[in-house]
Amino acid sequence: MDSKRRNFLKVAGLTAIAGIGAPSAFNMLLKGEALASSGGGHGEAAAPSGTRWGMVVDVKKFAENPELANQCISACHTVHNVPDFGNAKDEIKWLWVEKYPNAFPEHSQDKRPDYVQELPIMVLCNHCEKPPCVRACPTKATYKKKDGIVAMDYHRCIGCRFCMAACPYGARSFNWRDPRGKDENGNPFIKAENPKFPTRMRGVVEKCNFCTERLAIGQLPACVEAAAQSKALVFGDLNDPHSEVSQVLKANFTIQRKPSAGTHPSLFYII
Amino acid sequence: MIEKALKGSTGYWVWMLFLLSIMGAGGMFYAQQFNYGLGITGMSRDVTWGVYISQFTFLVGVAAGGLMLVLPYYLHNYKAFGRIVILGEFMAIAAIAMCLMFIIADLGQPMRALNVMLHPTPNSMLFWDMIVLNGYLVLNVLCGWVVLQSEYKGVKYPKWIKPFIYLSIPWAISIHTVTAFLYCGLPGRHFWLTAILAPRFLASAFAAGPALLMIIAMILKRTTKFDIGREAQDKLVTIIGYAALINFFFLGCEFFVAYYSQMPGHMHTLDYLFWGLGHGDQVYNNLVPFMRASVVMGLAGIALIFVSRAKQSDGLLVLSCLLIFVAFWIDKGLGLVLGGFVPNMLDQVTEYYPSVQELGITAAIWATGFFILSILYKVAISVKLEKEA
Ligand code: SF4
Repeated sequence: MDSKRRNFLKVAGLTAIAGIGAPSAFNMLLKGEALASSGGGHGEAAAPSGTRWGMVVDVKKFAENPELANQCISACHTVHNVPDFGNAKDEIKWLWVEKYPNAFPEHSQDKRPDYVQELPIMVLCNHCEKPPCVRACPTKATYKKKDGIVAMDYHRCIGCRFCMAACPYGARSFNWRDPRGKDENGNPFIKAENPKFPTRMRGVVEKCNFCTERLAIGQLPACVEAAAQSKALVFGDLNDPHSEVSQVLKANFTIQRKPSAGTHPSLFYII
Repeated sequence: MIEKALKGSTGYWVWMLFLLSIMGAGGMFYAQQFNYGLGITGMSRDVTWGVYISQFTFLVGVAAGGLMLVLPYYLHNYKAFGRIVILGEFMAIAAIAMCLMFIIADLGQPMRALNVMLHPTPNSMLFWDMIVLNGYLVLNVLCGWVVLQSEYKGVKYPKWIKPFIYLSIPWAISIHTVTAFLYCGLPGRHFWLTAILAPRFLASAFAAGPALLMIIAMILKRTTKFDIGREAQDKLVTIIGYAALINFFFLGCEFFVAYYSQMPGHMHTLDYLFWGLGHGDQVYNNLVPFMRASVVMGLAGIALIFVSRAKQSDGLLVLSCLLIFVAFWIDKGLGLVLGGFVPNMLDQVTEYYPSVQELGITAAIWATGFFILSILYKVAISVKLEKEA
């Protein structure tokens, strides 16, 4: 065998080994997400197993009762000690209202009736099945729990804000300044502190946690509770076909935000 | 060997004191930021990375640019780079040091930076970036110092260093590739979500890094007896010129894909950066003058750098290198990172303006980088001149 040929075989062999190794290496990088995605970016998510918390937002009900959204927001922000800095630059929000074109920028905006463009769309963290924020976090300060909730460890977060760049929904906020502080007039940024939930320190990221602390003691998320009468928010186990949320999903046409991002949100909207 | 940095002309000391004063002022600004939080910068909920991270991104390129000297010299035995390869390695050290400082400056909880190592997370590109950047720093300190020390002692460098030198070659590629992966792996940020990002980063790096080196070499030629030599100079012109051209080719590809496909997400940021993004009844365009200037300067720089070689004009050479360096600094050290956040994920626009403190800290980190660079170059050049005398 001449040396050229031998070299070629060597290279070919190495390439083959690399070729076999590559998919498993990718799998390791994506923590098994690669296989799960074989259903296609816009298609079905992985086969269900265990609990997966999810929610349906009935936008019509929020349109009927303009006060409802604020009640939900204030319930959420009060239990979770979300500070109010009074300006957009420092703003921290877990749950808020957007207009249809902003919540669904990739959906068609052509010839929409005015009322649709003005609908109040409640937005929050989607607790994605395949969360890019978790993929990006360099310290596992943000991680996905077995029940599908994307949670955060505020004590581990280094404040690099990679997760904020990675989230396709703008669901995350950063503590640009001390949330435990006061403004010039001496008013605290956290109006009434809830001692049952930790306040955060400056320099960490935060977002909606699907009230994981309330679920743990058998309560519904604060926003769902605030909207209980109207059933504008339906919360439950997406993997349980008999749960109320699954029934609502079966009976209604719902949409998710930015399906093209391949994140598989656990949040659904009835428009 | 390091004692060489302690002996110098008045000019050297004035320069070092000048850098120190900027560093001191920046230190004061950093104390303010440390006490108040990152809210002291111009960053916001919508534009979550500002000049710190964009400088970091650009400087990774400057560091990787050293490769354009190491590779021809060690791999292709291109002797003409013998005198300057050390300058490339030392520039990489200073650039990586700046990168690390910019990352620390950008952290909300800098005291927890070690968490990246305490909780290794292989699915995060930032984790890999930390590994490749620190690895590249170690490699360059090791290779640069050992080779220079041998020269100082008048012996050939030891054999064991060779594998490290060879390793540093692919490693240089990796630092800029992984840095591009920080951006191009994020769904939803269409401007960054392009497979050509890493190649484009490398092309601009291979132009901007050597361009800075050339500017410094020309200053040294004026102020000291150190001359990199005509052949090396001409070769560098080829490298800088073609790398810069390839960068513009890649930029053209981005324009084609965005505007021919007419995909809104792909067009928005380019609109914002180059033409102004109309949104509601407002037009957002605070980066347009910079980005346009960047293209004009870059193209003019490319033309002039080849003219400078034909005319053998050092003045023109410095001017063209300056144009290319500044053009790519704007492109990557401003447009790339800031542009990616416009529009935000909810199709809204927030423009970013850095604060005084932020600019002060940024200037101080650059000054620290030049401080390190000056010390290293002082040592390297003293050794070289001594041996040649
Ligand atoms: S919505 Fe954003 S923050 Fe929430 S899980 Fe998905 S990517 Fe993460």
